[in-house]
Amino acid sequence: MLKQVEGSKAMAEGIALCRPEVICAYPITPQTHIVEGLGELVKDGALTGCEYINVESEFAALSVAIGASAAGARAYTATSSQGLLFMAEAVYNASGLGLPIVMTLGNRAIGAPINIWNDHSDAMSMRDSGWLQLFAETNQEAVDLHIQAFKLAEDLSMPVMVCVDGFILTHAVERIDIPTQGDVDAYLPPYDPVQVLDPADPISLGAMVGPEAFTEVKFLAHYKQTQALRLIPKLSGEFRSRFGRESGGLIRSYRTQDAELIVIAMGSVCGTIKDTIDEMREEGIAIGLVTIVSYRPFPSAALRNALAGAKDIVVLEKSIAVGMGGPLATDVDEALRNLPHAPHLHSAVAGLGGRPILKSSLHRLFRQAIVQPWEGTHFLDLNERVVGREIHRTGKKRRSGPTAENVLKELAAQDLQRAKEGRA
Amino acid sequence: MTDNPGSAADGAQKLRYYQKGTFTVGNRLVDAENRSVQASEERSNALTCGHRACQGCGEALGARYALDAAMRATGGQLIAVNATGCLEVFTTPYPETSWQLPWMHSLFGNAAAVATGVAAAMRVKGKRDVRVIAQGGDGGTTDIGFQCLSGMFERNDDVLYICYDNEGYMNTGVQRSSATPPAARTATTPAVGPEPGNVFGTGKSVPRIAVAHRIPYVATATVADLHDLERKVVKAMSIRGARYLQIDVPCPLGWGSASHDTIKLARLAVETGFYPIFEAEHGKITAVRSIRRPRPVTDYLKLQKRYAHLFKGGQEDPRVARLQAMCDANIAEYGLLADGQDG
Repeated sequence: MLKQVEGSKAMAEGIALCRPEVICAYPITPQTHIVEGLGELVKDGALTGCEYINVESEFAALSVAIGASAAGARAYTATSSQGLLFMAEAVYNASGLGLPIVMTLGNRAIGAPINIWNDHSDAMSMRDSGWLQLFAETNQEAVDLHIQAFKLAEDLSMPVMVCVDGFILTHAVERIDIPTQGDVDAYLPPYDPVQVLDPADPISLGAMVGPEAFTEVKFLAHYKQTQALRLIPKLSGEFRSRFGRESGGLIRSYRTQDAELIVIAMGSVCGTIKDTIDEMREEGIAIGLVTIVSYRPFPSAALRNALAGAKDIVVLEKSIAVGMGGPLATDVDEALRNLPHAPHLHSAVAGLGGRPILKSSLHRLFRQAIVQPWEGTHFLDLNERVVGREIHRTGKKRRSGPTAENVLKELAAQDLQRAKEGRA
Repeated sequence: MTDNPGSAADGAQKLRYYQKGTFTVGNRLVDAENRSVQASEERSNALTCGHRACQGCGEALGARYALDAAMRATGGQLIAVNATGCLEVFTTPYPETSWQLPWMHSLFGNAAAVATGVAAAMRVKGKRDVRVIAQGGDGGTTDIGFQCLSGMFERNDDVLYICYDNEGYMNTGVQRSSATPPAARTATTPAVGPEPGNVFGTGKSVPRIAVAHRIPYVATATVADLHDLERKVVKAMSIRGARYLQIDVPCPLGWGSASHDTIKLARLAVETGFYPIFEAEHGKITAVRSIRRPRPVTDYLKLQKRYAHLFKGGQEDPRVARLQAMCDANIAEYGLLADGQDG
């Protein structure tokens, strides 16, 4: 049914249609509206057969989900940013144990400095944890990916993280098609665990494994993710057949045929990029976009196919691996390794801590990739004057104070300067 | 306050136990229905033979009695969640396991939360008869698992949490925990310097903190009084909601005691007033295990190398008196002296 609804509310309704049996809730912006929505559905009786547990931390949230899942219940939780870091030990544990928990990650920056706005640093911090990570481009896809995620998780017996851009998606009111219970039930059968705590058939779960078997256990976890590379497109196809729309899959291409420059990105920013591409196409620039939906498993083969004809690629990502550069760029680079005539890769970091990614900036960036390609990591819309002055200051003065505060003071000084110039 | 039924003050049997000077033997002296679960051929052996616990391990003994009692109380409808620690390691490395009940280990600090999840799953699946125990050592309970434990208490989740308290991080090589007593030597409170061993004025009583949560049932027990331990487990399993049982389990490795002194030390911990044994329901202490003849704390300390620095060169460290004062304070606070005794 079509609804004009907030993204978080729509996701809550979509998740409820998946009949979760245990939901663990702990507030953190910007994911909170999702668990609030679910809480209301349980409390008012719309979602039955579900235990809704208000826990005391994110570490407990995922731990309760771990216990519930191991005992045979379909378990769900949601978090963001610091919350994901606080549950980090349990994140690895859930995947190591092979428990098909689904978790929404309302993508948000990681502090310090504390910042509640959107980027992908949180998801990147857990990219090696063994969870599958799917990125939604729109709120419609966010709803749809959750339905696919439960099926994917339970088919593989592995946890899945559905990544949705904080605020940009979670707090945006949009027209969203909420599926019917009948369609979701037909798509997603009841959870049938591959391992379960049951007094009728006692097993020991989570015991120690030594060097004689640890490599094999890890290989099999990696193998499951490679299996997911086949399963994800299959489930996306089945979803299309039943629900009549395109959602999920490994990657999506937009105007890449004959494109000499291909942009690679994840999440909601792809909408802005598509608009930019449309405008640049009108100017006769052969540019396209590849959207990565499945970040883990990483769709290397699909990317190689999609990028083979391009001369240049720009990887635009909302995260920074400090001391290295863009983690998504590194992964794309890995996918293109050993490819004959591999396109030139240009890495750009954008939108950190919620900074808007503007079409005007993207126009400049994409043109630059063609006419003046750069090496290393480009920080989109970096205020070079501010960082230059801070670097200079810290070099001269030992007790130079908190960097974050200095940057803001410098910005204020710049604003003041501009205002004076404006008056003059 | 009243004495525990079934223990010292239990009328006819009191004299018999007293003659043996112990509460640990006596199955042969009591009628069949009062014998321990362990004495029964029907016991479940939930923690069965073949594990790798040290000789004289109090935790292995406590866990075996506690779980078998819980298995009997639930008709075998029991799931156990284990924190990381000695009990987890010595019972399981794959492909072996000593657990004959469904058992799960997740992390060091989340046993209470995982158990909450298991209990929630049982509720939602309509398996009300399947009950859940979470268990861990004192490190996994009083330190790293404390937040999850308090959350489980506060929500009154249907979980019995058992803490096997050996007063330190024994699995990692005997380091201090918040359950380590003052003056005790550990690897992180070594017996060197002007104040050797663990400092005074630190640590916490998680049983008292559990009582402050006003959960339905809190008890302490020891492996010296296994009838009492079994009785408390059975009682705990007869109650719904959050329950906490803390068992004093001497550790020969960490305490520097003889393997054959485990039971003796557990008994002395009670009889000196060092380890108060009590029960509480809904925030109120309802029973204590009283002491017939209080023993001086030195009787307890001298059997353990972790306190050897207090008696170096035949001199008694003045801090022994502080430990005695702690015991005396416990006796006074909990009213541990049996009627007619004045110490």
